[in-house]
Amino acid sequence: MSGILKRLLQPFLAVALGLALGLGIAALGGDSAWVILKALLNSAFGSRYDFGMTLFYSAPLVLTGLSVAMGLEAGLFNIGAEGQMGLGALAAAAVGIGFPGVPWPLAPALAVFAAFLAGATWGAIPGWLRAKRGSHEVIITIMMNFIAAGVASYFTLYVFKAPHSQNSETSSVAAAYLIHPFAFFMDAPVSAALLLSLVIAGGTALFFRRTVAGYELRAVGANEMAARFAGIDVGRSQLLALTFAGGIAGLAGIPEVLSASGRFRMGFSPGYGFMGIAVALLGRRRAMGIIAAALLFGALQKGTAYLELDTQHVTRDLSQILQALVILSVSADGLWRWLKNDRL
Amino acid sequence: MTRINQLKAAGRVLGLFALVLALLGALAGKCVYASEFKVGMVLDKGGKEDKSFNNAAYDGFKHAKAELKITGKVIEASDDNSYEPLLRAMASRDFDLIIAIGFAQAEAVKRVSKAYPSKHFVIVDAEVEAPNVRTLMFREHEGSFLVGALAALVSHTGKIGFIGGMDGPLIRRFEMGYIAGAKYINPRVKVISNFVGVSVDAWNNPAKGKELAIAQYSEGGDIIFGAAGASGNGVFDAAEEEGRLVIGVDSNQNWVKPGHVLTSMLKRVDVAVFDTIRAAQSGQFAGGIFYYGLANSGIDYAMDQYNEALVPKAARARIEELKKAIIDGKIRVPDYYEKK
Repeated sequence: MSGILKRLLQPFLAVALGLALGLGIAALGGDSAWVILKALLNSAFGSRYDFGMTLFYSAPLVLTGLSVAMGLEAGLFNIGAEGQMGLGALAAAAVGIGFPGVPWPLAPALAVFAAFLAGATWGAIPGWLRAKRGSHEVIITIMMNFIAAGVASYFTLYVFKAPHSQNSETSSVAAAYLIHPFAFFMDAPVSAALLLSLVIAGGTALFFRRTVAGYELRAVGANEMAARFAGIDVGRSQLLALTFAGGIAGLAGIPEVLSASGRFRMGFSPGYGFMGIAVALLGRRRAMGIIAAALLFGALQKGTAYLELDTQHVTRDLSQILQALVILSVSADGLWRWLKNDRL
Repeated sequence: MTRINQLKAAGRVLGLFALVLALLGALAGKCVYASEFKVGMVLDKGGKEDKSFNNAAYDGFKHAKAELKITGKVIEASDDNSYEPLLRAMASRDFDLIIAIGFAQAEAVKRVSKAYPSKHFVIVDAEVEAPNVRTLMFREHEGSFLVGALAALVSHTGKIGFIGGMDGPLIRRFEMGYIAGAKYINPRVKVISNFVGVSVDAWNNPAKGKELAIAQYSEGGDIIFGAAGASGNGVFDAAEEEGRLVIGVDSNQNWVKPGHVLTSMLKRVDVAVFDTIRAAQSGQFAGGIFYYGLANSGIDYAMDQYNEALVPKAARARIEELKKAIIDGKIRVPDYYEKK
C-alpha cells in the first residue's frame, strides 16, 4: 500500500507545484489565485458540457501518451506522435469520403483501421531506420512530423478539399462513419471514441505484461546489450515498438474526425502529439497513470479556455504559462531525485 | 443552559441579518448589471495584434467601450475546437451580445445560436442564417476596384501586381475587383498575380510574401496590392528595398513604410462592429445579412499625410468619380461570390 502511495506522491506533488507556481504568476497580474483556481475548475468541470469538452481533449491525449510510452518502454523517444496522429486522422477522413457506401457498424471500424494503419506506417519508417541503419529516432520522428504536415496539407487542399469552403478542410465523411456523441454531455463531442482510447490503454497494458513480444520490448528498453546477449532480436523489438507507437498515435485523430467535425481540418490539433510526451512522463508509462495524466492535461486545456472570460487580467498567454509550468515541474526529474535523497 | 439558548438566539439573529444583507447585495448587484450592456467578442487565431483584421474588430470594441459605456470581454481562441465552448460560455453567462470574428467560426455560431435562441450573435465574413444572428459582410471587391484603378493611373510601366494570402474565395474576390478596376482605367494594363499559399500559414509567411513581391517588381511591376495578412509585411519590405510602391489592406497601413504606400484598401470591421454594438444596445438588434461597402463607408481607401504626395490631384479626382459611380450603381464591380 505504501508503495503505491509513494509512487503516486511525486506526480501529485509535481502537479501541485506546477499549479501553485502558475497560479502565483497569474496572480501577479492582479486577480487572486483563489479566483483563478475557481475559474479553472469551473471551466473544466463546471457543467456536463464543460466536463464533456475536458474528456474530448483528454481522449487523444490518452492515445498520444500511450504512443510515447510505447516507445519509451523500448528505450526509444517517439516525438513523431503529432505527425502520426495527423496522417491517421487524414486516412480516416479519406476512407470516409472515398467509400461512402459502407454500412454503419463496419464504416467506423474501417476508418479506425485505416487510421491505425496510416499511423503505423509513419511509425514503422523511423523504426526500420533505427533498427537497420542505426539512425537516431528522435531526429527522424521530428522531421517526419513536417513531412506529415506537408502530405496532409496536399491531400486536404488538392484531393479532398471541401468546395466553397473558406477553411482548409476536407469535405465531410459519409454519415455512416459518424460516431454520435453521448447525449449526456449536452452538445460536447464526447463519443464511443473515448472508450476506444481506454480499450487501447488496457490492450497495451496486457501487451507488456502478458506477451513475449511485450516482454522482449521492455527488456530491450531496460538494457539493450543484455537483451541482445539473451538472444532477443533487438532490431525487431525496436521496429515493433515504433510501429505500434505510430499506430496508436494514428488513432488519436478519430474523436475529431468521426465525432467532432466529421472531416479533416488542417491544424485541428492544439499539439496533442507533443503534450503526449508530458502525459507519458507524468503517467510513468503505466496505463492508469497515462489515463489520469491525460485527464489532467485535458482539464488544463479546457480549464484555461475560460480564464480570460472569468477573470479580470488573465489572458491566453498566461494560460499557456500555466500549462507549461505544470509540464516543467512534471519533467523536472532531477528536482524530485534531489528532494528524495534529501528528505525521504 | 440559558447561555446556550442565548447563543442560539444570537446566532439566529445574526443569520437572519446576514440573509437580509445578502439579499440586498444580490438585488443591488442586479440593479447595477441591468443598466450595463455586456458584449463578448471571440477573435480568431490571428489574435488582437495582427495589425489587420482582428485588430480592426478589437478597435471597434474599444471604441464602443469608450463611447457607449458598454462592458465586456474580448477573447482570443486557442485552438479550432475552442470557438464553440467560448461562444457557449458567453451565451450561458450574462453577455447581451456575442460577436464572432472570422469565417472559421461560422459552424460554431450556427450551433450555439440554435442552442441559445434568446441571445444575440454577430458573425463577420461568413453567412449564418438564423433570426438571432446578424451577419456582417463586406463588399471587398468595391474597394479593390478603386485601388486597382488608382494603381493603373499611377503606374509608369503599365504592369501592376497582386499578392494574395491564402488562396480561397475571399481573396479571389479582392483579386477580381482589383483587376477589374485596373482594366477599367487602362484595358491594356498587365496584372501579375500570385498567392502566398493555400493553407492558413499563408497569412503569416512574410518571407514568401517578400520573395513574391521582389519577383513581381523585377518583372516590371511598379505597384503591388498585398492582401495577405501578416505576409503583407514582406511585401512592404520589398517595396522599400526596391524603391517601388505597395497598397495596404484592411486597416490603414499608410504609416508602415511612408513614401512607399500608395494607399490602403480599408475594410472597416471596426465601424461595422461599433454600429452593431450601438444598435443592439439601444434595442435595435436585427438578424440578417448586413452589407458594408463604399456606400456606407464600410469599405474605403485611405488618404492621409503619409500618401498625399504620392497620389496626383487628377488621379484622386478620378477615383472619387469612380467611387461615386459605384455607389450610384453606374459601375457594376464584378463579384467573385456571385460568379460561383
